[in-house]
Amino acid sequence: MSDGTYIKRPNRPLQVYAVIFLIVLYVPVLFIPLFSFNDSIYVRFPLEGWTLKWYGELWQREPVWNALWNSVRVGVVVAVISTILGVIAARAITRYRMPGKSALVTFIMMPLVIPGIIFGVALLVLLSRMGIPLTLYTVGLGHLIVCLPFAVATLLPRFEGFDPSMEEASADLGENGWWTFWRVTFPMVFPGVVASLLLTFTISFDEFIMAFFLTGTDPTLPMYIWGQLRFPQEFPSVLALSSLILFVSFILVFLAQWIGRIGLDETKKS
Amino acid sequence: MTDTDALISIRKVKKAFGSFQAIEEVSMDIGRGEFFSLLGPSGCGKTTLLRMLAGFENTTEGEIFIDGHAMSDVPPHHRPVNMVFQSYAIFPHLNVRDNIAYGLRKRNLSRAERYEMVDEMLDLIKLPGYGTRRANELSGGQRQRIALARALILRPKVLLLDEPLGALDKQLREQMQLELRALQRQVGITFVFVTHDQEEALTLSDRIAVMSGGRVLQVDTPERLYERPVSRAVAAFIGNMNFFRGTVRRNGSASGLVETEGLGNIPLPLDRLTRPDGAPVQVALRPEKFTLSRTRPEGALAVAGRLSNAAYLGERSHYYVSIDGCATPVAVSSPNLGVGRGLAPPTPEDGPLWLSWSPDAVVLLDAD
Amino acid sequence: MADTTLAGKADSEADPPRRSGRLAGFLHRSETARGYLLISPTLAIMTVGIIMPFLILLVLSFWTRQGFGFDTTPTFNNYIRVWTEPIFGALLQRSFWISGIATVATVLLCYPMAYFVAFHVHRNKMLWIILMTLPFWTSYLLRIFAWKVILGYEGVINSGFMAMGWIQAPLEFLLYSQTAVIITLAHAWAAFAILPLYVSLEKIDKSLLEAATDLGDGPVARFLRVTLPLSMPGVIAACFLIFIPTTGDYVTPALLGGPDGAMIGNFIQLQFGAVNNWPMGATLSIVLMLWIAAIALVFLFLTRRAQARIT
Repeated sequence: MSDGTYIKRPNRPLQVYAVIFLIVLYVPVLFIPLFSFNDSIYVRFPLEGWTLKWYGELWQREPVWNALWNSVRVGVVVAVISTILGVIAARAITRYRMPGKSALVTFIMMPLVIPGIIFGVALLVLLSRMGIPLTLYTVGLGHLIVCLPFAVATLLPRFEGFDPSMEEASADLGENGWWTFWRVTFPMVFPGVVASLLLTFTISFDEFIMAFFLTGTDPTLPMYIWGQLRFPQEFPSVLALSSLILFVSFILVFLAQWIGRIGLDETKKS
Repeated sequence: MTDTDALISIRKVKKAFGSFQAIEEVSMDIGRGEFFSLLGPSGCGKTTLLRMLAGFENTTEGEIFIDGHAMSDVPPHHRPVNMVFQSYAIFPHLNVRDNIAYGLRKRNLSRAERYEMVDEMLDLIKLPGYGTRRANELSGGQRQRIALARALILRPKVLLLDEPLGALDKQLREQMQLELRALQRQVGITFVFVTHDQEEALTLSDRIAVMSGGRVLQVDTPERLYERPVSRAVAAFIGNMNFFRGTVRRNGSASGLVETEGLGNIPLPLDRLTRPDGAPVQVALRPEKFTLSRTRPEGALAVAGRLSNAAYLGERSHYYVSIDGCATPVAVSSPNLGVGRGLAPPTPEDGPLWLSWSPDAVVLLDAD
Repeated sequence: MADTTLAGKADSEADPPRRSGRLAGFLHRSETARGYLLISPTLAIMTVGIIMPFLILLVLSFWTRQGFGFDTTPTFNNYIRVWTEPIFGALLQRSFWISGIATVATVLLCYPMAYFVAFHVHRNKMLWIILMTLPFWTSYLLRIFAWKVILGYEGVINSGFMAMGWIQAPLEFLLYSQTAVIITLAHAWAAFAILPLYVSLEKIDKSLLEAATDLGDGPVARFLRVTLPLSMPGVIAACFLIFIPTTGDYVTPALLGGPDGAMIGNFIQLQFGAVNNWPMGATLSIVLMLWIAAIALVFLFLTRRAQARIT
């Protein structure tokens, strides 16, 4: 078997490195929940004792609930729209001969690379020149630009992974484009759709840079945290809130990645 | 309207992908109930032609008629044809029964009626009881049958098959060839079958269209394609062939012959010498049409040569015999009948070998 | 049996097949039209969200501030200021310096990891990749916040080391320094390095490595002569994917950089915030974009060359 080949024989130093790498990757983030249970206003060692009071305090804060509700609303709408646009864009990219296709894909993927601040200020300038007030809608528009490349990138492999003759077979068996989409295409790309929804929701939910420039009077959750960072006495409750956000984000993204990859490996094998 | 015997009429069809001319200009008719094959090397345009019949590619010029109706404005889902894809395209998210019943949605059938039809198809393809299997539990041969059932259940006027046996191993492929032929006779539907495997085309087909470089070279029965190819390309593509340069010599209207380089003069009846006196031709003879012997045979056309190479293939051997006037040795295929029967295997030390043949086996082709 | 009647039924079906309507017919024939029709809503959003804002930004960069409004006479004054006043050049230089160090550090640290997963993980590769990229998807702000907690004056490192008795007074260089920014950026962008590196390493035909060994190369020579050159497209892609976005970052320097760690992004943000000179902010954004475009072209050229060498 290939597992036992000379090239792939175990390499002890590399294994040690990998473990250290993962620890360094995760430990910084884990300090947030660690200190969120610390019974002290100061974020420092040694730990003073375990408490849940910072979480209890959060529960009673109305602005937190408002910010959460704002973030969820924006996140759901952005996730649904960017996934729908991602599905049709990925389908167009993989199915049709289009001149200038690679330029189009580069264009759609641009927000992945270009610093967010540039998109943020550019949108801010456009909206203010057009006299559009900053609201959750403008935050949503900003998030849509950020999320679209991720939706397309998540869905493209799905569409590339399935044999175009599947859709042709459906047409050949008498189904028109609409029914072919719902009976063949959609079920086959469904895991990608779920992954895209979860991923884009999380990105929007956690997004800060666009929100920083485009938020009006209703803050999203990251904006609320940014506002609280100025007050040292609020630090523990910010830690508690951040822990909750991190926990939810990790779960959602893990699910998204897991669901998004499951079927893909199968199609590659066969 | 076109010829009533023809179910499919292809009229001056051309297809270009950008600047690449995939189909030059093709016209042909395919009859009702025929098992018709499109045979050619990869890139010859056979799959493109098949996909134009299915409606997945539009024609750049020309028109395709199926059962008298022009097809160019008819999308694939409204055409009376169904297809078995090269990859089979079995829907992985559906089980066998739902795959086969896929096209029945618009027929307004009850679930029981649909299941009954599926079960009939499963019997037909000899996979009874497979209805609830998942698509990814199937072997290649089973997928191929499911794809066939899924298309046939809709009772199309034409079944299109795109190299459906290409992915199967040799033994299974030969078995499926026999089953496919039997199935086609049983259901009586016109099959249009694409393949690059000449043996497969010869085994299965009523008629074969040999294609190359976007053109149809010859449309004929397997036997005529093999015995009477119309061009060097067809002769060389189907089976092996020896070619000799020659010149037609007509002796008034009484008799005629072909002067050849290597095989001497071959007398032929006038009705086979369709060319004028002095016309350059190519004389083609298949390897198995030669008989080898150590002495000159009585009363047959024969030349002497020397064995230059031999290859043992089990049931038969191939010999390469050098003769005067011919740059390349002549290929001869001779059955290995066993000790005491037929010719004992010759060796290069044997001295002269005689090649003999019958004038009936000679094919005359245009010179290059 | 139904089979024998199949052909008969097909023949008796006298209805002509349905044709499609004129528009549907056009779309049926023209693939390009169908493709563009499908992708047009996405492009419309991208146009509203990217192209239009950029055009306005470009226009604004030629204006000047006047009280609370703008003087709309086109002028190059902002660009001349950016070109002549040393502060802007120094700021750009520092941004590229910090991003460059962070990029090199990230790629160097991630390469062995990607190599490990590509060559030495045989089961659950998918799980490893998810594990390595998972933190990337969580809030950028919170990850920076985490490093503030660690590197702070009374943070994890200082208070921890003091509790252990290793140091007497807090280490001041940890927070509000370029070092803090570089560490945080390298940590935050690791996923962008790992994915392209992993993909390019995974693609390498293992028999090439076996051939190198067979021809007498030891592990080090084999790595330098075969593995590394073949993974160069991944290395270049990783550099590109980290360097470009980090040059414009402003959250990390704002929270962790202090005065020495401020980058061009902070300056742009100031122009749209406290300083309230939007035209200047627009000009700086455009200048940054131009630099990014120039650097992207260099990367594109390098990628082409690396690809041409290995294919």
